[in-house]
Amino acid sequence: MTCLSLLLQGSVTHEYNLFFWAMVALCSTVGTGIAAFLIYCAWHYRRRSADELPSQLALNIPAEVTWIALPTLLFITMFAYGVKIYFDLERPPDNSEDVYVVAKQWMWKTQHLGGQREIDTLHVPVGRAIRLNLISQDVIHSFFVPAFRIKQDVLPRRYTSIWFKATVPGTYHLFCAEYCGTEHSQMIGWIYAMDPKDYQTWLQQGAAEGSLASTGEKLFHQFGCGNCHHFSGHGRGPNLRGLYQRPVQLSSGEIVIADETYIRESILQSRAKIAQGFQPIMPIFQGQLSEEQVAALIAYIKAIGPAPGGEMPSGPGEEMGDYGGITPDLSHPASPATAQPKPGVR
Amino acid sequence: MATVTLIEPQSAPAQPRLNYLTEKTGLMSWLFTTDHKRIGLLYVFSITFFFFFGGFFALLMRLHLLLPQGWLFGHETYNKLFTMHGIIMVWFFLIPSIPNTLGNFVLPMMIGAKDLAFPKLNLLSWYIFMLGGMTTLYALVRGGVDTGWTFYTPFSTSYSTSFVITAAVGILIAGFSSILTGLNFIATVHRMRAPGLTWFRLPIFIWSTYATSLILVLATPVLAITLAMIGIERIFQVGIFDPALGGDPVLFQHMFWFYSHPAVYIMVLPAMAVVSEIIPTFSRKPIFGYKAVAFSSMAIAILGFLVWGHHMFVAGESAYAAMTFSFLSYMVAIPSAIKVFNWTATMYRGSVQLDTPMLYAIGFVALFTIGGMTGLFLAALGIDVHVTDTYFVIAHFHYIMVGGTVMAFLGGVHYWWPKISGKMYPEFLAKLSALTVFLGFNLTFFPQFILGYMGMPRRYAAYPPEFQVLNVLSTAGASILGVGYVVPLIYLMWAWKYGESAPDNPWRTTGLEWKTPSPPPKHNFEETPVVTWKAYDFEAQKEELHLG
Repeated sequence: MTCLSLLLQGSVTHEYNLFFWAMVALCSTVGTGIAAFLIYCAWHYRRRSADELPSQLALNIPAEVTWIALPTLLFITMFAYGVKIYFDLERPPDNSEDVYVVAKQWMWKTQHLGGQREIDTLHVPVGRAIRLNLISQDVIHSFFVPAFRIKQDVLPRRYTSIWFKATVPGTYHLFCAEYCGTEHSQMIGWIYAMDPKDYQTWLQQGAAEGSLASTGEKLFHQFGCGNCHHFSGHGRGPNLRGLYQRPVQLSSGEIVIADETYIRESILQSRAKIAQGFQPIMPIFQGQLSEEQVAALIAYIKAIGPAPGGEMPSGPGEEMGDYGGITPDLSHPASPATAQPKPGVR
Repeated sequence: MATVTLIEPQSAPAQPRLNYLTEKTGLMSWLFTTDHKRIGLLYVFSITFFFFFGGFFALLMRLHLLLPQGWLFGHETYNKLFTMHGIIMVWFFLIPSIPNTLGNFVLPMMIGAKDLAFPKLNLLSWYIFMLGGMTTLYALVRGGVDTGWTFYTPFSTSYSTSFVITAAVGILIAGFSSILTGLNFIATVHRMRAPGLTWFRLPIFIWSTYATSLILVLATPVLAITLAMIGIERIFQVGIFDPALGGDPVLFQHMFWFYSHPAVYIMVLPAMAVVSEIIPTFSRKPIFGYKAVAFSSMAIAILGFLVWGHHMFVAGESAYAAMTFSFLSYMVAIPSAIKVFNWTATMYRGSVQLDTPMLYAIGFVALFTIGGMTGLFLAALGIDVHVTDTYFVIAHFHYIMVGGTVMAFLGGVHYWWPKISGKMYPEFLAKLSALTVFLGFNLTFFPQFILGYMGMPRRYAAYPPEFQVLNVLSTAGASILGVGYVVPLIYLMWAWKYGESAPDNPWRTTGLEWKTPSPPPKHNFEETPVVTWKAYDFEAQKEELHLG
């Protein structure tokens, strides 16, 4: 089960291996050539008499040009192919499913959209792109799954992300790859890549307290966020509908994209960046919310989505309880049927 | 050190001739010397001590990793071992290794000078180095440091409870020694060249050491600033790197690698310098493509400043920054490739003699090529994501630092040993240990490439059992490598006292340093040489060398 490297377990693994082994083949050919030439010279041109003076040939312009130009061309090819794979890793497919990961000395805490929580394990369905939203509670860690050829550092106070798609059911190592203190080498978890049917069964066993977004919604009410952040009309705070991934004009004149890091910072350090037209009156929630709770709030704000067709949003908030990763087609953050919060809660 | 002064006078001349070792004796004559050759030897003793110290830690780590769960140390101790191994090897062995020992010794002689431009500054540089070294050792004795040699924040500033500041102060102090040495070399090369020794008549050793000096002077201050910032954040809780205080931990990585990547070239350019002397000598031919090799040293020094971000492809830098750094990393590989091709072409149609220094030089070319080529893997963005922070990286940089720099250092020590000590070493034993080092090295580090590809992360005090076989192979190699390093230490010390007297020019080669007696007199040359020939010009000197 703990199969490591040569099989094709992840979406990029196949392309990665192809590139890697092509590089191995090319470099060993050139390397063997150089070694053979060294040995040939050492033997064939060995000193035969103590006083001999060989030909003093020491420059050949065509040779110099060749061995400058050829490597340059090869290097640019390698560069381009490396970029291609990297950019594939940077851009998750549109239908990928979010998973929130909180790293701390020395464990991995994972949260599914359906509300399932795990420690040092992550269950995923085969064939589904999983986008990991990573954040650390303390020092820098790194989320590394060798079988999927992915690695991403996990930073404190800033979300990073990476995605993968398991292609073969199995159990795969999750390592912390950035040195993080005494028990760094014990910060090891497992990825369980499951057949989609088994995964559904697993999800239903694990879901206890509602989806992640519904947890976020509860927090939203508990902390009175809706008092200012109205979903209709104008409150004292910005309307959060469709906020995620939208450009926000700040009072400083800067424009930022409302990604996970921005939303997180705006909750915990609310006065760091003020949206234009609003007063810096929001309380600071640093120390009052855990990273897991912030993740739930982010999942909720993502789930709200834009207002559907200008209509006033309606529908009971309890529907949020159905939202999440249990049925895959409900997991689109903008899916209007399921993503309707209570309107104008005060 | 006092034993050094017990050298018997040379037997060859009719009357005993005084040399730099015999003209003054006693401990004080060493501690207050301003002679670049003696200071070079002071550095040899110091860095040899640090090398075996750091090497001993490496051996302990390899022994610990024989079993997957580890068996010798607790995790905290293991973490301190790899940290101290890294700190000692990088700042107290590799960076000063070739420039401060061999560079100090031969650079003035190679350009026909009496000494460096600032002899007293040179001695001060050694004292500063020792002060830095002792401070770092004090941190070790007090309980060590567990941050890794990279001091990544916020772990180093807000979480580690070990002696971070003491170690950082030690490194900061040693940095000033680097700056002074670099400055001294630059001034010397500009101002002290013998009449007729134009830039394009300089041996490649000078070009490469000059390029190294530029990096030393320009990059080291950034390290000092970065370490000072760590201290400020730790002591005064000023938010620079720790996001809890309003800082940015990735900023630290930018600053650290802005120094530490050029530092890699501080370590390897002098190795290239040594090899560029040995290969022409033992091929009895000028270095192939002189200007290409000389300019590639300068290109490496300049481009080396522009690639630091390739240590951070998965650290959260933007994809476009990563792309730029990847491209520039491939560009810096070109001058290295040029050098490798020119070294091999130098041997082509030469008169090749496989004496000990040449064995080390060929070993260098082979191992540096493997190290360089695996660097191409790491520069490729998509490949790096998987193999970075694994044993693949460990293997890669040890091929450059140990397979490259240490091989070249040993080659250089053997090459100039007759000049330094006036004695020959036992050739057969020397060849045997060169071979041992080569084999032991490959057995230690080649398995680590495979471990890295399989996914074993670096800095693990314990590891999953599937990695054990390759770890055992690596440990076996390390034991062989250890023997390969101890044997030269023994026979070189033996040769210092009992070795055969060395002729002035044992390899019958062209450099100015071979035109002085072995060992040289205090001021190197009886009269200042006038240079009318190019570097490595065997044709011009064939009468003098009795060739052809």
